[in-house]
Amino acid sequence: MMSEKVLMKGNEAMAEAAMRAGCRFFFGYPITPQTELAAYMSRQMPKRDGVYLQAESEVAAINMVYGAAAAGARAMTSSSSPGISLKTEGISYMAGADLPGVIINVQRGGPGLGSIQPSQSDYFQATRAMGHGDFYMPVYAPSTVQEMADLSYLAFDVADKYRTPVVVLADGMLGQMMEPVVLPEPVDPASLPAKPWATVGHEGKREHVVVNSLFLDSEDNERQNVARFERYEQIRRDEQRVECYRTEDADVVIVAFGACARIARSAVNAAREQGIRAGLIRPITLWPYPVSAIRECAAKVFLVVEMNMGQMIEDVRLAAEGSAPVEFYGRCGGVIPTPDEVLEQIRALDEGLGD
Amino acid sequence: MNEVIVDVGFCKGCGLCVAACPVDIMKLDAGVITPKGYHPAYCSDMERCTGCCSCALMCPDVAITVLREVR
Amino acid sequence: MQTEPNTIAAEAAARGMKVAFSRPDSLRPVVTNFCPGCTHGIIQRLVAECMDEMGIEGTTVGVAPVGCSVMCYDFFGCDMIEASHGRAPAVATAVKRVHPGNMVFAYQGDGDLASIGMAETIHAATRGENITIVFINNAIYGMTGGQMAPTSLPHQVTQTSPYGRDAQTAGYPIRVCELLSTLDGVAYLERVCADSPKNVRKAKKAIRKAFQYQQEKRGYTLVEVVATCPTNWGMDPTQAIGWMQENMLPYYPLGVYKDVVADGFENAAEAAFARAEGCPMVADYGKDGE
Repeated sequence: MMSEKVLMKGNEAMAEAAMRAGCRFFFGYPITPQTELAAYMSRQMPKRDGVYLQAESEVAAINMVYGAAAAGARAMTSSSSPGISLKTEGISYMAGADLPGVIINVQRGGPGLGSIQPSQSDYFQATRAMGHGDFYMPVYAPSTVQEMADLSYLAFDVADKYRTPVVVLADGMLGQMMEPVVLPEPVDPASLPAKPWATVGHEGKREHVVVNSLFLDSEDNERQNVARFERYEQIRRDEQRVECYRTEDADVVIVAFGACARIARSAVNAAREQGIRAGLIRPITLWPYPVSAIRECAAKVFLVVEMNMGQMIEDVRLAAEGSAPVEFYGRCGGVIPTPDEVLEQIRALDEGLGD
Repeated sequence: MNEVIVDVGFCKGCGLCVAACPVDIMKLDAGVITPKGYHPAYCSDMERCTGCCSCALMCPDVAITVLREVR
Repeated sequence: MQTEPNTIAAEAAARGMKVAFSRPDSLRPVVTNFCPGCTHGIIQRLVAECMDEMGIEGTTVGVAPVGCSVMCYDFFGCDMIEASHGRAPAVATAVKRVHPGNMVFAYQGDGDLASIGMAETIHAATRGENITIVFINNAIYGMTGGQMAPTSLPHQVTQTSPYGRDAQTAGYPIRVCELLSTLDGVAYLERVCADSPKNVRKAKKAIRKAFQYQQEKRGYTLVEVVATCPTNWGMDPTQAIGWMQENMLPYYPLGVYKDVVADGFENAAEAAFARAEGCPMVADYGKDGE
C-alpha cells in the first residue's frame, strides 16, 4: 500500500497530497492550467468531510484561506499566474497575521492574460513581491509529479511550523503531465497539533485571541517584523533544498528549476556523451535560495535556463559573487526550450572556455 | 433614589445623553476636563431620575451605569 | 472574560439597589477610538449585549473590517479576526465552514461592505452562508477623513464630492437591504437606526434575531444600522442625529426587508425552492432530506 505507484496528473497529485497532509478546506476560482486541481478537490473533498468552495473571485478565495487558517485549519488555494496576482493582497495579510496556508501557482505565460502555456515568469513575484510589505515565504519548485506530491505535502508542515504562507510554484507543463507517483501517507486532521492562537471561541477559559496585521504603533509593527525576520533566518538556515546533478567535475553548470530542469538534465546528459563536462544545479526551494550550492560549486561558467526573460539569474549572480560568469538562456510567453537548444548553449560556452 | 454613574474615563462629552434624558437632568460639566480633554456628563438632579436608562442607551462610550432603587 | 459587572451588582445590592444598566461583559473595558457622539459605539454595545444575553461570547468569532470600526477586534470580548478591506464576508464564510458550531459575525461599514467588498457581500448572501453581518451605514468614509461613500446621498457634500454628490457623474446611493432582499440565500434583513432610546432597543432586537436565526441555521442574516458621522458631516452629535433623521431615513426606510420565518418558511433554502417552484431542477428538493 505504502509504496504503491499510481499514474497521476501533476495537478491531481498536488491536490491528493494536500488532502493527505490533512487539508480539508480548499477555496478556488477557475483558471487554466490549474483546472484539474480544483476539479479533483471538488470530487474528493465531500468524500472526506472536507470543504470545496468555489469562491466569487481569487480575492475572495485567498481571504477564505485567511479565515480558515485563522480558525486553525489547514487550508489552501490554487490558481495560475493572473489569479495569483489577485491573491497577493490576501497573502500579504496572511504573512502580516502570521497565518499558515498553502498557495499553489500553476504558472502560465504573462504579463496580463499572457498565454495558457507553461511559464516560469512569476519567479520574481513568488520570491520577492508576493504582496506589499516586508516579508518572504517559502517557495517550492517541483520538477516531477512525485515532487509535486511530496512538496505540496511538506508545504503544510512548513507553513504550520513557521506560521507562514507557503507557495508551490509549478507550471502548466508539470500540471498537465502524467507520471507514476508514490503518494504520501494520509494524516488525520484531528491528530495535528493544536493552535492556541486560532480563533475557535474562548469558551470563557482564556482571554480572547485576535488574528490581526494592524499596528497603530509603528514600533509594535517594527517589533513584529523583526521577530518574523528572525524566523526567516531559521528558514534560510534549515529549509534550503537543492539537487546537484553531475556537478562534481563540471565546467559548465546549468542552474534551472521546475520543468526547465528536466530539459536541462537531458541537455547535460547529451553534453556528457559528447565529452563536455556539464552539470546541473536544481534549486528545489526558490526561497530560501540554495545559496551555498552555487557558492561551493567550482563551475567555470554558469548557464541559467528559465522559461522567462531571466529572473532567477539574479539570485544565481548574487550567490556566485562573481566567482564565474553567469550566462542566460530562456524562452518565454509559454514557449518551452528544447534540450537541443540548451545543448547548443552548453557547447558554445564550453568552446569559449578553451582548454 | 436612583443613581446615574458616569465613568469619566470613558465619557467623551458628546451630549447624546443630555439630549436623550426625558427629565432634562443630564448635563455636561463645563467646570471639569477629563484626562482626554472632554467636559464629562453628569446627573444634575439625582432625585428626579426615573431610572429609565435613556442616557445609557444612547451613550456611545458605555460610560453610564444606572442603578435603580429596590422598592 | 470580566468580573467587573458582577462586582457592580454586588455593591449595588449591598446598598439596596439593582443594576438597571451597565457595560456588557462581552465588551472589553477599553476606551474606543471613535469620535465623540459616533453611533458605532452604541451599535457595538448592542452586539455585545446580544452576546451576553445569549451566552455566546465564548463560542463567537467576530470579523472586523477596515474603516472606523477596524479596532473593534480590541473591543469585543469574543475571539476576533481583522480582515482586509471588504473581505470580511469571505473570512467569516471560511471561519463558519471550519467550525459550524461557532457563531460568526462580521461588523462592516458602508465603504467596506457596499463598495470594495460588494462582491464578497453578495456572494456570501447568495450562498446562504449561515453568518450574521452587522452593517453600519453612515453615508461616508470616516476613517480616511470623510470621502464620498457608496451610500452618500445625492447632493451630499463630502471631501471628494465638494460640490455635492452629482448623481449624473457619481451615480446613486446603494440601498443594501433592498438589493440583498432578492437573493435566495438570505434568511433575514432589517434596517434599523440608533437615533433614540426606542430605536436603539429595536436595533438590539434585530441584531438578537439575526444571531438567533444563525443559531437556528436559517441562512444569511444582515442588520443595517443607519448611523451618524458627526465629525465628517461637520455637525455636533445631536445635530448629526437630526440630519440623519431628516435626510437618511427617507432614503433608507427602516423596516424588515426579508424574514423567511415570518414568510412561513423554516429557512432560506426552503423559501428559495418554493420561489423556484415549477423548475424541474429543484422539484425533488426536500425529498432526500436535503
